[in-house]
Amino acid sequence: MTTAPLDFEAARAARRARHGKVVEWMYRHPTVALGSALLGIMVLMAIFAPYLGTVDPKAIAPIKRLRFPDANFWFGTDALGRDVYSRVIYGSRVSLIVGLSVAALATGFGLAIGLVTGFSRITDAIVMRVMDGLMSIPPVLLAIALMSLTRASMGNVIFAITISQVPQVTRLVRGVVLSLREQPFVEAATAAGTGFFKTLWRHILPNTVAPVLVQGTYICASAMITEAILSFIGAGTPPDIPSWGNIMAEGRSLFEIKYYIVLFPAMFLSATVLAVNLVGDGLRDALDPRLARRM
Amino acid sequence: MGQFLRATGVAAALALSVALVPSIGHAQSGGKTLKFIPEADLRSLDPIWTTAYITRNYGYMVYDTLFAIDANYKVQPQMVETWKVSDDQLTYTFTLRDGLKWHDGMPVKSTDCVASLQRWMKRDVFGQTLPDVIAEMKTVDDKSFQIILKKPFPLLLDAIGKLSSNVPFMMPERVAKTDANTQVTESIGSGPFKFVKEEWVPGAKAVFVKNADYVPRKEPPSWAAGGKVVKVDKVEWDYIPDAQTAANALIAGEVDWWQQLPQDLVPLLSKDKNVTVANADPLGSIGVLRFNHEQPPFDNVKMRQAVMWAVDQKEYMTALAGNPEYWKVCYSYFACGTPLANDAGNAPLAAPRDLNKAKELIKEAGYKGERIVVMTATDQPIVNSQALVTMELLKALGINADLQAMDWGTLITRRASHEPIDKGGWNIFFTWVVAPDMASPALHAPLRTNGKAAWFGWPTDQKLEDLRRQWFDAKDLAGQKKLAEAIQAEAFEEVPYVPTGMFVIPTAYRSNLKGVIVAPVVFLWNVDKS
Amino acid sequence: MFAYIVRRLIATIPVMAVVAIFIFSLLYISPGDPAAVIAGDLATPADIARIHHQLGLDQPFLVRFGHWAWGVLHGDLGVSIFSGLPVWQLIAQRVEPTAALSISTLIVSILLAVPIGVVAAWRAGTFVDRSVMVFAVLGFSLPSFVLAYVLILVFSVELNWLPVQGYVSFHDGIVPFLQHLALPSIALGLIYAALIARITRTSMLEVLSQDYIRTAHAKGLANSEVLVGHALKNAAVPIATTIGIGIVLLIGGVVVTETVFAIPGVGRLTVDAILRRDYPIIQGVILLFSAAYVIVNLLVDISYIFLDPRVRY
Repeated sequence: MTTAPLDFEAARAARRARHGKVVEWMYRHPTVALGSALLGIMVLMAIFAPYLGTVDPKAIAPIKRLRFPDANFWFGTDALGRDVYSRVIYGSRVSLIVGLSVAALATGFGLAIGLVTGFSRITDAIVMRVMDGLMSIPPVLLAIALMSLTRASMGNVIFAITISQVPQVTRLVRGVVLSLREQPFVEAATAAGTGFFKTLWRHILPNTVAPVLVQGTYICASAMITEAILSFIGAGTPPDIPSWGNIMAEGRSLFEIKYYIVLFPAMFLSATVLAVNLVGDGLRDALDPRLARRM
Repeated sequence: MGQFLRATGVAAALALSVALVPSIGHAQSGGKTLKFIPEADLRSLDPIWTTAYITRNYGYMVYDTLFAIDANYKVQPQMVETWKVSDDQLTYTFTLRDGLKWHDGMPVKSTDCVASLQRWMKRDVFGQTLPDVIAEMKTVDDKSFQIILKKPFPLLLDAIGKLSSNVPFMMPERVAKTDANTQVTESIGSGPFKFVKEEWVPGAKAVFVKNADYVPRKEPPSWAAGGKVVKVDKVEWDYIPDAQTAANALIAGEVDWWQQLPQDLVPLLSKDKNVTVANADPLGSIGVLRFNHEQPPFDNVKMRQAVMWAVDQKEYMTALAGNPEYWKVCYSYFACGTPLANDAGNAPLAAPRDLNKAKELIKEAGYKGERIVVMTATDQPIVNSQALVTMELLKALGINADLQAMDWGTLITRRASHEPIDKGGWNIFFTWVVAPDMASPALHAPLRTNGKAAWFGWPTDQKLEDLRRQWFDAKDLAGQKKLAEAIQAEAFEEVPYVPTGMFVIPTAYRSNLKGVIVAPVVFLWNVDKS
Repeated sequence: MFAYIVRRLIATIPVMAVVAIFIFSLLYISPGDPAAVIAGDLATPADIARIHHQLGLDQPFLVRFGHWAWGVLHGDLGVSIFSGLPVWQLIAQRVEPTAALSISTLIVSILLAVPIGVVAAWRAGTFVDRSVMVFAVLGFSLPSFVLAYVLILVFSVELNWLPVQGYVSFHDGIVPFLQHLALPSIALGLIYAALIARITRTSMLEVLSQDYIRTAHAKGLANSEVLVGHALKNAAVPIATTIGIGIVLLIGGVVVTETVFAIPGVGRLTVDAILRRDYPIIQGVILLFSAAYVIVNLLVDISYIFLDPRVRY
């Protein structure tokens, strides 16, 4: 950013005094505020799904199939007579759980493996070859191949997508560890007699948190889209569990005549992924301004 | 910088490959091309080796048969000119038509026919019953051969003229001598089209050209029988996996004929005045709910009967096909609309759904809430909709059902498992079968009850098997019908599977196509494009 | 230097081996059986067992792996279980559409994204910047098949400007080639444009805050000259980096696009093969992807020797 004129600071201080730090921060980062709000709404919707005027999302009623949105069925019904509104609301659970689980697991594994390979030259050599190998396989194809090994279930989808994301995180963490290892303060700590794990905990780990956290949000967003793609291909979550991905997959052949089956989950999915991406941007700006400019 | 070079490197490699790799499918002949979206993509080229319908359809393009079924379900000669039956009904002598040639120019000989029949008899469910009745097959001269029976068998011609998988197509002798368990990869037939193998892109496109040397019969076409006159120069099978895209392609005129479309898209296509939506298959298909007869609880006949009492075909068909124009109920184990369909014993299915009776039967069976596994395939809507309806039904009956979703490839592997469910077994799966394959006990695979040798599910009922054997010996149609009723009555008692209704899959083509044959199998001769 | 190259070459062998073993093991433990799919719905278990044996699927892991690896080392990727055609031929048939689609998508993305990113950076902090960036992120958040359907509905069905589906090789005419690629490239390109736009903006911002930019302004250069001639040139590196990484992600997106637009490319070939358990094709394609990735990496690493004097070998 270009250098700000001096009275800008005064205006900012005045705003902070009037509305408090949070509002001030939201004013300066409107996109992040928007993202967090959206994400918050989605999470609340997922948690309170049964109370939002929904019915059993799995209940079929073939007589009522393919009705356009009306007073009874706010988002219409699908080919088996199921209420699309209920399915979309409950579907938020699946997409959010998949996204958050993949993000948590991928960053967790990636962190652990990256730390180890950053320090041990032998494991580095072996593990990074494996990671290189995995990274050269396009993630979607890897996920589909893994899904074809087993039957459809949410756990397997999470596992399949996680595996395709771990190499990126590993590489990231390893890079941080490698660059930090040679830093004077780490050498000083070792010279002072700090144990290996203490060094890890106090010096290395904190510096990995920021980039990993940011990467985690992007992984969450990408995992939700990947779940939709897997369901589209037919290798995703099982059909009786409503997820935005498989609601769209089921409605795809009727897109032009019953667009609402694809439209509503698409809107919700896009909004959620958008929200997560915006939050990720905000985290990136907040945690490390240097990182912000480099990324 | 490195990554940029990397990117350029990959781009250069790709660009180079684009320029160097020979381009696909560029035979630009003049003349009419019929662009057809087939029901699946063509994978195997051996219609004797696989029962897959897409390969059967390919077979009808490229090969020809000795006899064929016409629209009245009668067997007519196709490659055969005349045939004689001896007085004792044991010797059949066949003489081939003139002018029959293979695609490589060689004439069709009787030795080819005998070898082809022998190979077919090793694979086909009907054909496998023939070695029991055939004493020998021998050639008389280049154009004639004989089949000599051990005892009279009135169904011989029906067998040789079989309409659906496996169809006894005629192949050159050296090809037909291929082991029955090895796929034939060549495409030398004597049919009305030639397969252009160089332009075949498996999964995307198959190309056929008119066989100029084919001599069609003089009679008008009638199902697989009659004259197979090809009125276009080239046929292109374009496999478009996305239904919405296929619909749009047909509307835009990028393709001429879409073999099978989802019933729900009919209104979209009917709106367009350049597209005709029709029902090209008068008989349709039957949905099948299949039990595993080896594992509890459906090894108990009362449990199976209970499910049958609870099944409402109207509900299944509405979920599967929607518009009532495209389905009907059929309370028979033989496809409705075929000669052997009847009403015997069909109360459990025909009567209105009776959940109380069903629950009573469940109690009598001693079911204590054990878990059962219902398999479904996410990539097969016909299978999937039946599964979801069934889950609701089982819930209403208080049966503890666990729905397991997989893709079709995994399902048909898993259904081969004889294990209990905690070792990867199953209790219920779904599929559908075209009507001709359920028209008579001779080729009705799901109706066989010979235990371990039967179709997946392995029902065992000696009485049904005995009745079936008697049916083969029936003297005439009346006798066949009586036995069919007896077979069906026993089937409704034994419940090898539950028919969930009959549905037809509509077809759609550009209005400038004429001569589309209405039949249970799709035939591409006689079609003209103006 | 020669030793360096040789060492790097040798280092690629374990990576390829890892991929080969990984993908082969994956398929070995896969529950689906191609024999069952091939045999058709009305086949009996005995049929399937026979086909299974025929395809050599009942042999132990090491035997099958050894057999396949030996073939690969001789340039033989095996034969498709379903169609009986050589895997090499099946892939070669399909490379052209995928390559054409990937390249045109990249071009569309870059043409769209770079100007947007530059403008956003130039007008950093303003409403223009924020809204452009939100649109960029939105593009990245849309599922590509929804975008594809909407585009087809608007441009093919309603307006009739472009074809619905299919692929026409440029050997058959440049105009139909471009027409058929237009919608798929845009559907996929919009999504990658978002990614590239963000990077462009960030990179430009970093460069624009440098002193030499201020010097250029002070010298009296016009804005456009400063932006393009100085800033963009120096910001190009991380932009190119993202494009490079994006190529791997592109293949994932290509799979969906090929399915919706019925383009007979490698992506669809692989997905079909996976769902059908056509092992030789799956093994062949993934091995090829990895080989391409590894070889290009290797070439780039070698080129460092010439480009960057700091690289020690």
